[in-house]
Amino acid sequence: MANTLSRDEILKLAKLSRLILSDKEVDEMQKELSSIIDFVSKLSEAKVDNLEVSDQVTGLESVLREDNPTDYGYDITELMSNVPYSEGDYIKVPKMLSES
Amino acid sequence: MSNWPSIDVLVKQVKSGQVSAKDLVDKAFSFIDKNRHFNVLISELKEQAYARATEIDNKIKNGQDVGRLAGIPFIAKDNFLTFDGYTTAGSNMLRNFKAPYQATSITRLLDEGAILVGKANLDAFAHGASTENSDFMITKNPFNETRVAGGSSGGSAAAVALDMAPFSLGSDTGGSIRTPASFCNVVGIKPSYGLVSRSGVVAMASSLDVIGPLTNNVSDGALILDVMSGPDQLDSTMIEKDKDGYGNFEPLKDLKGVKIGVLNDLMNEGLNDKIKIRTQEVIDSLKKLGAEIVDISIPSIDLSLAVYYIVCPAEVSSNLSRYDGIRYGHHDDSAVDLEDYYLKSRSEGFGAEAKRRIMIGTYVLSSGYYDAYYKKAQQVRTKLINEFKQAFSAVDFLVSPVSPDLPFKIGEKTDDPLKMYLSDVMTVAANLTGIPAISLPVGMIDDLPVGFQIMAPFKADRQLLQVSEIVERQFK
Repeated sequence: MANTLSRDEILKLAKLSRLILSDKEVDEMQKELSSIIDFVSKLSEAKVDNLEVSDQVTGLESVLREDNPTDYGYDITELMSNVPYSEGDYIKVPKMLSES
Repeated sequence: MSNWPSIDVLVKQVKSGQVSAKDLVDKAFSFIDKNRHFNVLISELKEQAYARATEIDNKIKNGQDVGRLAGIPFIAKDNFLTFDGYTTAGSNMLRNFKAPYQATSITRLLDEGAILVGKANLDAFAHGASTENSDFMITKNPFNETRVAGGSSGGSAAAVALDMAPFSLGSDTGGSIRTPASFCNVVGIKPSYGLVSRSGVVAMASSLDVIGPLTNNVSDGALILDVMSGPDQLDSTMIEKDKDGYGNFEPLKDLKGVKIGVLNDLMNEGLNDKIKIRTQEVIDSLKKLGAEIVDISIPSIDLSLAVYYIVCPAEVSSNLSRYDGIRYGHHDDSAVDLEDYYLKSRSEGFGAEAKRRIMIGTYVLSSGYYDAYYKKAQQVRTKLINEFKQAFSAVDFLVSPVSPDLPFKIGEKTDDPLKMYLSDVMTVAANLTGIPAISLPVGMIDDLPVGFQIMAPFKADRQLLQVSEIVERQFK
């Protein structure tokens, strides 16, 4: 059976997802994602007319509260302890552009 | 039969000094030590557990209040953030992650005197139905070591089945509490969406994720749910707890006047014959108790799996975008710039299934495909919610099997992700519609456990537990 997704589409999706795939992974993804997309495509038969979408089930609506800071007892040192690169209480990130 | 008495009995024994919290921790670790080869726990918290036990035992000696779960050992799935130990979510991405805050559900249990003794294995980021997607190890079924324990809360289910603790915690996004409960012969409760705070549980698909207990019996589960449930400032999508709570319902004498709908749409395609027969036997026993049995059709239910495998990866791809190696999680030092840093950190930290779901999610959310997939799925989700509402106007509960298969062989479904996804066919509808559902053990088939699913209307968790308890009594 022909794959629904092309190799190029897989590579584009990987790029959008910020993932690098090996050649082997691209082959596997092409096969697996194609069969999954084929499977979920059976939704195209469903009649939904103009039904509203459901993105939640509670029926809750946003309630506004006073914009006051709350102390939940979080500790900055603890919060920063997983950060690989930092300076004081600041998180360091790699430079945006490489020198080339 | 479990080696642990019910939790309320244990708590009475601890409070009266008949046994100490330390005795219970000893007992937990004796079973943990004996069953290490089942690959159940990612981390054991021995030192911390004994320190907590001493603290509780001292309080009892001094006549202080020790809470409703005094000295009760428990195990949390390793996607619950805990101050003790690491929180890995079963992933290489979070292999060395020390949680800077703690899940609300964990804190509520600890505040009532419970003792965390370990963190359980899961499919990485809870993506799976067997724990075979764990980046660390595969949890073996307590009843047959060549078979899976179910997933994604497979470690939590196996832990209770192997008596490592009287209860454990799991998360259920598409069946991740109920499937392993069914595979491991324990009770697994998926509460109504929003009943238990999601704060501090590694997010998978936020409109579907719920937290629930795995226990030896319904009343233990009800007690744990009662302790954990109710509004939390840190989760803005919560519903109110039942005014009568969950831990104190009257046992039913019979099921007279109770209408139970059988989901016939789930009783046919792809269902193991022996499970079908057992399910029918359970339904017959409900009838004997006086329940009125009605056939119910949910026309869109055969689309629920397709809806789920669009909505879930869409939300997964969004929730997993936070793993960029900047603030926490795996990172790669060899990167030459920011883009390269993201690419390398994510590609090394995520396993195959996480990558697959991120890619599917990105696909169904991408421009040009959004309407055909994501929007359509959310519309069919509405249809499904409406059909369930209609069904519940005719019946009080709906019943079905939990899984189309008995616990399957390790490796049997790993070469085909779609085949693994089909394991969720009976369970995803409860997540998509937000309703509460339970998996109850109903005996063995070919020496393997089998579960029975009962579903109730949204927010009818108390009624669900009450009816589950009488069903449970028929199979003890």
